[in-house]
This record gives sequence, C-alpha cells and structure tokens, in this order.
Amino acid sequence: MSAPTGITRVTLLKDLRLEWRSKDAINSMLFFSLLVVVVFSFSFDPTAEESRQIAGGLIWVAFLFAAVVALNQTWARELRNQVLDAYRVSPAPANSLFIAKTLGNFIFVTVLEALMTPLFIVFYRLRALGPVWQLMVVAVLGTWALVVNGTFFAAMSIRTRSREIMLPLLLFPISIPALLAMVQSTTAILNGEGARFWIVLLATYDLVFTTVCLLLFETVLNAE
Amino acid sequence: MTETDPAPVIIVSNLIKQFGRFAALRGVTAEFPGGKLYAILGDNGAGKTTLLRTLAGLNQPSSGEVKILGASKFHDICQQVGYMAHPSLLYDEMSGMENLEYFARLYGITSRTRCAEVIRSVGLDPDLTRPVGQYSQGMRQRMSLARALLNNPQILLLDEPFSNVDLHSAKEMVQLLARTRDQGKTIFIVTHQAALLEGAADEFVWMEFGRIVERTRELKRPDRPGTTAAETAQ
Repeated sequence: MSAPTGITRVTLLKDLRLEWRSKDAINSMLFFSLLVVVVFSFSFDPTAEESRQIAGGLIWVAFLFAAVVALNQTWARELRNQVLDAYRVSPAPANSLFIAKTLGNFIFVTVLEALMTPLFIVFYRLRALGPVWQLMVVAVLGTWALVVNGTFFAAMSIRTRSREIMLPLLLFPISIPALLAMVQSTTAILNGEGARFWIVLLATYDLVFTTVCLLLFETVLNAE
Repeated sequence: MTETDPAPVIIVSNLIKQFGRFAALRGVTAEFPGGKLYAILGDNGAGKTTLLRTLAGLNQPSSGEVKILGASKFHDICQQVGYMAHPSLLYDEMSGMENLEYFARLYGITSRTRCAEVIRSVGLDPDLTRPVGQYSQGMRQRMSLARALLNNPQILLLDEPFSNVDLHSAKEMVQLLARTRDQGKTIFIVTHQAALLEGAADEFVWMEFGRIVERTRELKRPDRPGTTAAETAQ
C-alpha cells in the first residue's frame, strides 16, 4: 500500500485537476465575493478611518460565505457516481482523504483571497497602520480554521437531504471563536494595535480543531 | 456446499441489516467456497445489493457476522476484494486511464502498465483520452469493471455489471469473468440478467424477503408460494 502522504498527494492532485477542468468551486466563490464587495461598497461610503474599523469583519464574512460554496462542491464531486465508495473499499487511510480535501480547499480559498484582497483595498481605501506580515499570518491561520472545520462538517452533511443548508448550520456556530479572532486581529493590525492575543487564540483553535477532525474523520466517512 | 468443495472464503452467519424499521436482510446464513462464480438473483427489494454492500464493508451489519478470508474486519482483507457498484464509481471529468491511475495508487499500484492491461482486458482502449462522462453506458460499465479488477482481487463483488450493456459486450464480460474464476478467484454477481450467466455461473443464489431461499446449480427459479419481495417491501 502507498504511504499515507503519497495517497494525500495523489488525491490532492486529482482534486486540483477536477477543479481545473470544471472550475465549479472557484467560479462560484469569485462571483459571490465580488458581489459582496460591490454591494457593500455601494451601501457604505466610509472614510479611511471607518474602513479600518469595519474591513476586518467584511472581508472575513465574505470569505466565510464564499468558502461554504467550495466546501459543498468538494464532497458533491465524490457523491456523483458514488465515487466515495471506491475510496471506502480501498485500503487507503481515511485521514489521507481528509487532509487532501482540506489542503485542496485551503488552496481554493487562498486563491480567492489573493484575487479579492486587492479589490477590498481599492474599494475601501485600506492602508494598514500595523505590520502587514501579521496580516499574512492571520490570513493563513484564519483560512485553515475555516477549511478544516468546513471540510469536516461538509463530510458530515453529505448524506443529509438538505446538505447545502446543513453545512452553514453546523459550521457557523463552531467557527464563532475563530471568526472573532480573525476579525479582531485584522482590525487590530489595520489600526496599528497589538494582535498577538488574537493570533495565539487562532493558532490554538486551529491546532485543537485539526486534531479533533483527524481523530473523528474515519467515523464520519464510514457512517451510513 | 458439498464435500468436494474448496474451503469457504466467505462465511455469513445470521446476518441482519436494518434501515430504520425496514429489515433488508433478515438472518442470512451461508458459506461460499472459493474459486466459484455465484449469481445472486431475486426480485427488487430481495436484499441482493444490501448483501453485496455488507460483504464489501460499506454497510455495517445490524447483527450477525461476516467473515471474508477468515477476517471479521473488512479493512484487514480489503486489498483482496474488488467491488463494482451499480453507479460507475468513476470521475466523469477524467479519462479512463486517469481514473484507474488514481485508484491504483490507493492500492499501492504505481504501474501504468497494470492500468493499461486491465483496460485492455475489458475490451477498451487505454489511450482513449475523452472523459468517462462522455463514454457510452456500456463503456462506463466496462471501465468500472476494470477498476474493480485493478488490484487483482481474490474476491470480486459485482452489482449489476451487465445493466445497459449490449448483448455482445455483456457476453464478452461474462467470458472475462469466467476466465477470472478459472484463475481461482471467487466472483459474486448481483444481476437481473441471469440468463447471461447460464453455463458460466457455478451456483445461482436465490434471495427473497432478505433471505437466501435456495441455491441451485441450474438456472431454475425455486417455486415458492406467497407474495413477491416488492409487495412485502410496501
């Protein structure tokens, strides 16, 4: 049997290939985020100071909602033709699949963030007063927090009848501490204040939830 | 089972599978000697697919036991089992070769030659680049069979392998499966096209109401009074 890392790698490459061919997730995420940026920019006309206060919340809420679209797509692909059963009857470990799916979603959401952040900066006239590298750290930790839980709960909800509604219902409440840390740290950095506490909280959240998801995923995968 | 039969590769003891209040399997007990081709037959709702999915480790028994190659846990012997479901279990957006290369890696097979070999064995061209989603239903079924054969399994579990396949191709598939059986493999085929397996199958296993009611060497439906499985399911 291949090493788990090898299976993770081929599964990730397979997912990237499928997304490259269908562009299901990335197109819907981009369209949704673009809509949020434009609609909010028409709704408010903030000064530079006000923008720094609200941008953290706006950006992360937009990414959270957009990520849900990608997360639903990830598993929907495995349900078509019941391909997931082919994985379940194979000797491949469940966690290799989970890590591959999480990494795949992480890449999709990161691409979205890379494309949308310049638009946010332009539309909301943003200029960070704190160190920009800390924003990068928050982006990585925050994105991981969204996708690791999102991938797990999306897997939990795939067999439910209304899975597209079920995912936000499961994901959003559990993401509140992470979302709070993401928004507070982003706002603090934009305003030139210390964000250390929130970044540590976010890192701890990531560590705890990644461990829990890895421990429980096999049970979720084999649930009937 | 007769005295001359080889040792059983699958032993099922009082297997019950319930979905909510509906019992799809109601105490299946059977032993299946290795190296044979079994056709599992019965009306819709008789429990054929549930039995196959339980053997494949996809359904957990509500009670009872399944032992495959001496192991109670499917994961211990999954390397030895090939499973083909009614849906194709293939990614529509990828070509047949790309699909098989991916699934081969799950079994630790890195050889492209092996993938090409099984694709050819089911009568398809490994160099076909168009995605599986654009295949005809018959081609998809054959590629699905190729996926099940990929790891050269000791036991093959096939659910409706001939559905939507033209008669000529179906007969070719039967010949391939008979050859595979002759190599010592054990094959279970759930089908509604039992006539195709006449002459090839070693045993016809008849199911009704979630039970195995009879096992015959000839394709002769047992006469049993009572309602049909479909009526009972209602």
